[in-house]
Amino acid sequence: MQSYEFGLYVFMLAAFLGFELVKRVSPLLHTPLMSLSNAISAIAVVGAILISGEKDASTFQRVLGFVAVICATLNVVAGYLITDRMLRMFRKREPEKTK
Amino acid sequence: MIENVLPAIYLLASVGFILAVKWMNNPATARRGVIIGEIGMLLAVIGTLLRPEVVEYRWILIGLGIGSAIGAPLAYLMPMTAVPQLTALSHAFGAMASALIGTAEFYKGSVPLGFPMGALVIETLLGFLTTTASILAFAKLQELMPTRPLTYKGQNVVSLSILTAAIVIGGWMVASPAPQWAFPAFITLALLFGIMLVMPIGGADMPTVIALLNSYAGVAAAAMGFVLNNRLLIIAGALNGSAGLILSIIMCKAMNRSFTNVLFGAFGQLATAAVGTVAQRPVRSATPDEAASILDSARSVIVIPGYGMAVAQAQHKIRELYDALTKRGIDVKFAIHPVAGRMPGHMNVLLAEADIPYDKLLEMDEINGDFPNTDVALVIGANDVVNPLARTDKTSPIYGTPILDADRARTVMVIKRSMSPGFAGIDNELYYMNNTLMLFGDAKNFVAGIVKELAGSH
Repeated sequence: MQSYEFGLYVFMLAAFLGFELVKRVSPLLHTPLMSLSNAISAIAVVGAILISGEKDASTFQRVLGFVAVICATLNVVAGYLITDRMLRMFRKREPEKTK
Repeated sequence: MIENVLPAIYLLASVGFILAVKWMNNPATARRGVIIGEIGMLLAVIGTLLRPEVVEYRWILIGLGIGSAIGAPLAYLMPMTAVPQLTALSHAFGAMASALIGTAEFYKGSVPLGFPMGALVIETLLGFLTTTASILAFAKLQELMPTRPLTYKGQNVVSLSILTAAIVIGGWMVASPAPQWAFPAFITLALLFGIMLVMPIGGADMPTVIALLNSYAGVAAAAMGFVLNNRLLIIAGALNGSAGLILSIIMCKAMNRSFTNVLFGAFGQLATAAVGTVAQRPVRSATPDEAASILDSARSVIVIPGYGMAVAQAQHKIRELYDALTKRGIDVKFAIHPVAGRMPGHMNVLLAEADIPYDKLLEMDEINGDFPNTDVALVIGANDVVNPLARTDKTSPIYGTPILDADRARTVMVIKRSMSPGFAGIDNELYYMNNTLMLFGDAKNFVAGIVKELAGSH
């Protein structure tokens, strides 16, 4: 039971940290923030690898794990790339002066 | 050996995710944030692949390859106006991954009753409901189905009964070994509830819902962390869960509504009641060259973009207008309402795409004080967020909603297709004011017309 208790503390602290950090993000970047945090939630890929890589997994388990790996990877890749693509567009200086 | 290195790899990955979110607070450091986030994810994947219990690599690598092969073109080929859809779709895939892993864990039969099973129930419930809810949100945003709220009598009762039934079965599975049919029934109810959740949501409420689904996907990942006893998952999931939650709270505040109000569609019913009372009243309208000469003689202009700008893809023409006006020494700023568009910060991304410097994009609280000293407020495709009734009419359903004070500018110009009311279905007092000019037409074409006039008169 102790490890769950520890996990709950970690969860609570991380959630508060998330609140504090996100509160400071300017509304200007809310869309990239959302796609970034979306990419981070694809950390599920860790679970997907563990499930599908197990030694004596059933076929059913392997199939579910395989599909989960695809889904989570898609989420990671699309999430990070779109975030970067958006952020590249944010420029501060007047466009005339950069040329 | 690897057992000793692994905790360090996961710890570094957690630090990466925390820094990624932290650096997001400033456009100057945000791209660095993405890179550190990517490194964190890479560490997490490599660390997991190196774990001794992972022995079967072939399908994992094929899966990683397929996921990247679909994800990368998706991210690069989607037009910027489609970012809300892409985000919804991405949520669906992330949540589905969590849900499938939960299912696999369940059938492995190695999850003890009590706390671990409780985490698994939360993981699969949120995972499956977020999957269908996000797919439905995607369909609505992509306009594969009607974007208006779809409601029927007794809807809230049906939705809540489905959720309650799912929770009851979930609770049963936590407490004792449930019969074989319990888990499939639980999954079906979760999938169904996801659909019920988004059906009554209208287009303008999408920012709140997308943020909420983002939060659910995070909590599902954190719950998986409890099932697998993996702290990295707990940290990343909790960060994501709180990020989504706080964004949806910000969105709710910007609409002066509560969560329950957004989710259970009371607004939709109010709106249909209000539509009938809209009366025909005279408005003043103007042509592109009249609008151009008014802008030409102004010293300060505030542009207020809304979802209509995204629909008309007018952002690049607006950039040309911005250039033409700034060249004349006119001060041009943009006022961004928190819920303008279909996801949080949607307008900023579109204007940034059109190369408008981001220090010209101002939030509501920063810019509202400037309207009384502004010559022209140019409203492009926004409606309810500039409706002065929100300040004055206590009987209006949007009363109390924070709005941009466009009506306080010396002249107001509104580009709009027709006089049809906005999402809230409420007539907009702004259109009938003496200092308001209606510019009827497609936003892109009308702005192009103004730009042409400005170029010709020089």
